Parts: sequence; structure tokens; C-alpha cells
Amino acid sequence: MNAGKTDAIIIGAGWAGAILAKELTEAGLSVTVLERGDDRATAVEGDYPGSIDELRGAIRHRLFQNLSQTTVTIRNTIGQVAVPYRRLAAFLPGEGVGGAGLHWSGVHFRVAPDDLALRSNVIARYGRNFIPEGMNLQDYDVTYEELEPFFDKAEKVFGTSGEPHTIKGKIAGKGNTFAPDRSDAFPLPAMKDVYSASLFKTAAANVGYHPYSLPAANASAPYTNPYGAQMGPCNFCGYCSGYDCYMYSKASPNVNILPALRQDPKFTLITKAHVLKVNLDSDRKKATGVTYLDLRTNRQVSLDADLVIISAFQFHNVHLMLLSGIGRPYDPIANTGTVGRNFVYQTITTSRAWLPSTHYTNLFVGAGGAGVAIDDFNSMNFDHGPLGFVGGSPVWVNQAGAKPIAAAIGGPGGKAPTWGEGYKDAMVETYRHSLTIDAHGSNMAYRDVYLDLDPTYTDAYAQPLLRMTFTWKDNDIRMNQYVVSRIEPIMKEMGATRYSLAKLETGELFDTRRYQTTHLGGGAVMGADPKTSAVNRYLQSWDVPNVFVIGASAFPQGMGYNPTGMVAALAYWSAYHIRTIYLKNPGPMVQA
Amino acid sequence: MKRPSSTRRRFLAGLLGSTSFWLYSGHDVWAGSLATETHPYTPRYFTPEEWRFLNAACERIFPTDAHGPGARSLGAPEFIDRQMDTPYGHGALWYMSGPFLTAPANLGYQLSLTPRDIYRQGIAGADAYTRQHHDGRGFADLDAQAQTALLKDLEHGEMSLGAVPAHLLFEQLRQNTLEGVFSDPLYGGNKGLAGWTLLGFPGARADFMDWVNQEGAPYPFGPVSISGETA
Repeated sequence: MNAGKTDAIIIGAGWAGAILAKELTEAGLSVTVLERGDDRATAVEGDYPGSIDELRGAIRHRLFQNLSQTTVTIRNTIGQVAVPYRRLAAFLPGEGVGGAGLHWSGVHFRVAPDDLALRSNVIARYGRNFIPEGMNLQDYDVTYEELEPFFDKAEKVFGTSGEPHTIKGKIAGKGNTFAPDRSDAFPLPAMKDVYSASLFKTAAANVGYHPYSLPAANASAPYTNPYGAQMGPCNFCGYCSGYDCYMYSKASPNVNILPALRQDPKFTLITKAHVLKVNLDSDRKKATGVTYLDLRTNRQVSLDADLVIISAFQFHNVHLMLLSGIGRPYDPIANTGTVGRNFVYQTITTSRAWLPSTHYTNLFVGAGGAGVAIDDFNSMNFDHGPLGFVGGSPVWVNQAGAKPIAAAIGGPGGKAPTWGEGYKDAMVETYRHSLTIDAHGSNMAYRDVYLDLDPTYTDAYAQPLLRMTFTWKDNDIRMNQYVVSRIEPIMKEMGATRYSLAKLETGELFDTRRYQTTHLGGGAVMGADPKTSAVNRYLQSWDVPNVFVIGASAFPQGMGYNPTGMVAALAYWSAYHIRTIYLKNPGPMVQA
Repeated sequence: MKRPSSTRRRFLAGLLGSTSFWLYSGHDVWAGSLATETHPYTPRYFTPEEWRFLNAACERIFPTDAHGPGARSLGAPEFIDRQMDTPYGHGALWYMSGPFLTAPANLGYQLSLTPRDIYRQGIAGADAYTRQHHDGRGFADLDAQAQTALLKDLEHGEMSLGAVPAHLLFEQLRQNTLEGVFSDPLYGGNKGLAGWTLLGFPGARADFMDWVNQEGAPYPFGPVSISGETA
């Protein structure tokens, strides 16, 4: 059936979709958001104490994608047969209103400015030959100065807590000395440092690093954002990551944007609407709308629109472009096409320190966005010349609240038994007296790491699954190993009785069975050249100019920072240019 | 099991003054919680033979010792039996379409077996293996040392159980046992909150405004469950 026409269709009700919906309704457009999952509201299912149930939440994946309906296939190399990602483990996409923005932790970074032009910066500093063969190092074609107002806007919407370093060129606080200049303060003061993070802060400073409290989209005090949405002060309950924050303290589309949108008559939200494809006209230069499956009635519905915003999770964006025929699919052999190119992830390893038994780290206390980090080995903040790799990692204590089931299954660490005799002893010591330090780093893009459609497996709607071809590469493994080696002096300075340093091993393959991070990126990257990017600097499709593709899919490289702050800034940046340029004169905003 | 109703009434009385109580009423957790009060527990999924195996294996994975009760008295077997009737037990949370190919281990689970299948086929295989090697005695009839040795063989995949890889059965047992020990008692395990007490996890307290940084002092309060039980 045809459901008529709306000015703009937005696919996916996560951060990017909610931001675009708010901006486009403000511009006077009628907007329909299509979300394939359920509606979700904190007052209904995020309430206390039902929501803080670890088994139902993080273990049985209450807020995560239901793989029984659709998943991806994964292989490490082009020669392999990809097989389905059958059980959630390595990464955890969200589903339902709020998307991954409902179950995220809340670490809310801007961007390291050097990362936006990483190719140019590496060449300028170390020469063209420094870039390894097969690495698709690229620039974003947008600068920090251009994005700054949109980082500022996103922080005010999210109610972000943090301490600045400089504001308008003047020292304004004890924030990250490597952070770029700001136009304004954070809307809220930094979150308090938990005990383990305060130990890290002192020790890291003593060994000559530059620790700072993480910017967090967890409210350190009551807050009302520019949309009139209210947040309560975080009580460090520890249920951020994987949960929906019963305290209304963690920013989410559900708490910070949708309450304003739901009151707007120009806004329509349709849940249980699984978009099958974006419909294009006969020459594939213009989108006419979308076709979706109404999961309640199992009937196909087509909806027309002048503007289509693809703003689902990173790899769903790429999947939908491939299913719809938007742009040219990437071919790693011929090295042609752009959709699926530069698929990236992040490197993350977690090291552990044990303190004397008189010191309790109370690991259950925490906030997902809070902690203390150093940027001394992130981005281009250190000399890569003698090290011979591209990229870097922030290092941090980010005590988000360790739950007993996950901790127990993960085991005590080190060489301790994971069950049976001796297990309880070691587990009790680890849970009461240890802390963890992460190296949360970049991952570069490579010619033979990419996304395409799987030739064999299909989803519940008879469409091909997306196929990931991904493994770790030497450059990124060596980066991780180097940064982890820099953690050791901190461990010693903290007074650890013992510690275990976790790093990627040389030659290690990507393992889908173990949680690493949900920070997937790329596949529909932004850039200046339509031969190597799927969208232009405004996140507009080079090929179908009334389609915009918003999300971490636009990142040419996996950066060391958590992606949500950058996704939100890019969403506001894109929306601003749609409002001020595109709507007045629809068409390509950058000439190819 | 320690579940004094007066405690629950106190907890409820405390909640009545807050908005949380009214928001909470949409959940059916009370019915599930009450189901745990029937003793002794009669398994719904596992056969009597499987139930004996399960109880013995859970207890070896998380044994009774100087630190406190083991998995059996904590209700982990009951927890696992009840999980078999959930979407999880039926494999409904997993992508279960074929073809099911043999692939490198690092690419993850590639069998068509649900948790119910893994237990049914795996326990039969493990018990048969045990009878062959222990004069016809099943796993539950062996002493603790022999049971532990057999679980180690399972863990390292040093026996064949037909369609179920031995290490798969072991990891299923280990994970579900620990879930039973450390989940809210709502699901039948963690009886008396003894799992949480062992670790020092305060359960559903979920408010640590005053405990962000107490310079390494231990948190002073015991656990509370979702239904208001304390320990």
C-alpha cells in the first residue's frame, strides 16, 4: 500500500535520527521517523528497579538487536567463506527507539583535530612512505573549527559534564591539555572521580602524563537542555552501559530530544517499521521515498518523500545503501566503488591492577561516561616517527559499574581458574580489590577490509545479510602494544600488588566471540573525492543528492575516541547545511 | 531460603512514598519471584537423570567451600531449568538460519543447537562417556575429584559427545551456573542473595552518591534484591 507523502523520511530513531528530526521540524518540514524496533520510554521500561536487572538487561540483551531477525556475516579475509554472527558478543547494536544511544555509556568526546585530516598530517610530518601499503588513510574534508559550534550545541543538548582546558584561547580549567579550544564551557561541571580513577589520576601525573576527567553525558547536577528536556543528577548507580538510566541522568534521544519532538504535530514516529529499501527513480539519481515492512501487519508500505535521511546504526546504513543501489558498491580487487569501503573498528584491550586487600575499589560504583584518561598516546600527540605506526589510544580508568554475572563469567583474570577450586578466592579478590585500565584506540582502514552483501545468507525478510570482511592489521596491533607498554609505569606508581597487561598479539585475528566494543565505523565515508568517499562533507550522497547518510558510517578511520560526540556534531553540521543551503536549492551541495 | 515477608513489606512501604513504585507496577516480576518459593523444586525441562547430572556439575563448577554455599544450594540448577522455558532456552535470541558451516573457532558459534539441545544431547553424551570409563557409573555417582577431572576433560574437548562439542557443553554449564549464582533471585538462583554477599555486590541498591570515593573503604551495606529481599 502507499501511505502518501511526507517532506522528509528519517530511517532510525537513534541519536542521528532524533537530531535530524528535531532540526528538520524546526525548519518547518513534516518528518516521519521509521524505527524497526519498539518504542522505548524511560518511564515505562527504564524504571527502578525493573530496569537494573542484569540477567534481563546486559546478559539477555533487552535493549540490543535481535539477531534472530537479521544479523551480519563475518570473515577475516577475502578468501574465506563468511559465516553468520549468530550470538551477540563482539559488538552490540541497539534496537528500538533511542537505538544504541539508549544503552550507550555516555563518554562524550569531541574530536582530536589532527584526526580529521590524518592523511595530510601524517604525510606532512613523516612523508608519504610512512603510510603502509594497502592502508586507505583519508581526510574527512571538514575541520575542527567548522565543527566546533556543533560540538558545542550537542554538548548543551546532551547536558555534558566536563572540565575545559581552554575557552577562546584562555586557560579555563584543568581539562585535557591536548583538547582543542572551545567556544564555551561545558554545560555541567565534571563528574566526580571514583576511587580507582582518582588513583589513576595521581599516578599518571606522577609519571609525567596529563590526566583529565572524562567528558561525560552523565549529568553531574540537575539540568534542563535547550529543548526543555530535564535530567536528574547521576548517582553512580553503575547501570549506564547496556541499560536505560532510571535516573534520567545519562543523555539519550529518549530523554533529551524525543520529549520535545513528540509534542510537535509535524513529527511522526512509526515503530516496528523495517525499511527494506530506499526507492529511487529510474536513473537512480533521486530518491522518491522508501518501502518498509510493517512488522505488526507483515504488509509492505511505501511512503514518498522529498528528502531521505539514512541514520540507522553504522553498518545498517551501509546495508541499506547496498540494498537500495545508492552509490557504487566497493570492489576491493578492482579498487572501485565507495559503498562498503573503509570499514573500520577500534582496538580495545583491558589491563588489570590488583591493590592491597585493605583497599576496596567497589567496582559496582560507577558511571558509564565518567573516569580519568590520558591523551599522551592518542592521535598525533606523540612522535610516531621512530615507532613506525599510524594512530593512537587514549588510556583510561572508566569504571562504569561492574555487574556480578559479567564479572563472574569473565573470570578473575591473570592465571586464576575460571571455575571450581580456587575460583571463588580469586574472584572475590578481583571484584573487591582490582581496577581496570583500557587502551581504547584507533583502527585504520585497509583496501581488503570492507562491507558488501553476503552471497548466501538472508534475513527474516529474505534480503541478503551484510558481510563484514575484517581482521586486525600489523599497524594497529603494534600501536596497541606500544600504548599498553606505556600503562606499565602507571600500574607501578599506583601501588599495584600485581598487574596484568592485555594487548593484541602479533598476527591476532578478529575474534567475534568476545565483547570488544560497539564502535564500528566507516563503510559510507565522507570526503572530498567521490572516488574514495560515499558522501560529501555535508554527509550528502554523491550519487543521490536528496539522500543524506548520518552516523559513524562517515568516519574514514576508527578514531581513538568514543564516536557518539562526533556522530552528534556531524548530525548537527549536516542538518545546519540542509537547512541553510540544501532546502533553498535542492541538489548537490558539492560539485563532484 | 531467607525471604521474610516483613522485609518485603518494609521495602514496599519505603517505595510507596516515591514515584518509582508506581512506575514499577508495569512489570510482572512479582509472579516470577513468588514461583521460587515452592520447595523442593521439580524440574520442568530436565529428566530426573539429567537433573542429577546438572546438580552435580553445577556444584563442581561453583563448589561449597569456606567462602559459603555452592551452586546447588544457591539454586543454580533451578535457575537453568527455568531458563530452558524462555526465548533464550529455545535459541530464539540467536540467528538460527542455515547453512550451518564448519568455520574457524574465532568466527563464533555455528551449530544449529539451542541451549535446550546442547543440554539434552550433551548430558546424554557426557553421562555415556562417564559410564564407559567408570564401570557403568554416571557422572552424579562419582566422587567430587572424579567429577572435576571429567569436567576438565569436557572443558578441554578431550571427549566426543556426538553432535555436541564437549567444550560447548562445558561452557554452557559454566556460564549458566554463574548466571544462576549471580542473577537476581527472581530467576530461581542466588538464594538468600548469597552469591552477591560473597562478591560484595549490593544488588538493587543502585545509589552510590555518597560512595563515589571513600578512599578505598569497603562499602558497608549488604545486598537487596529487586523484590526487596535483604541479606
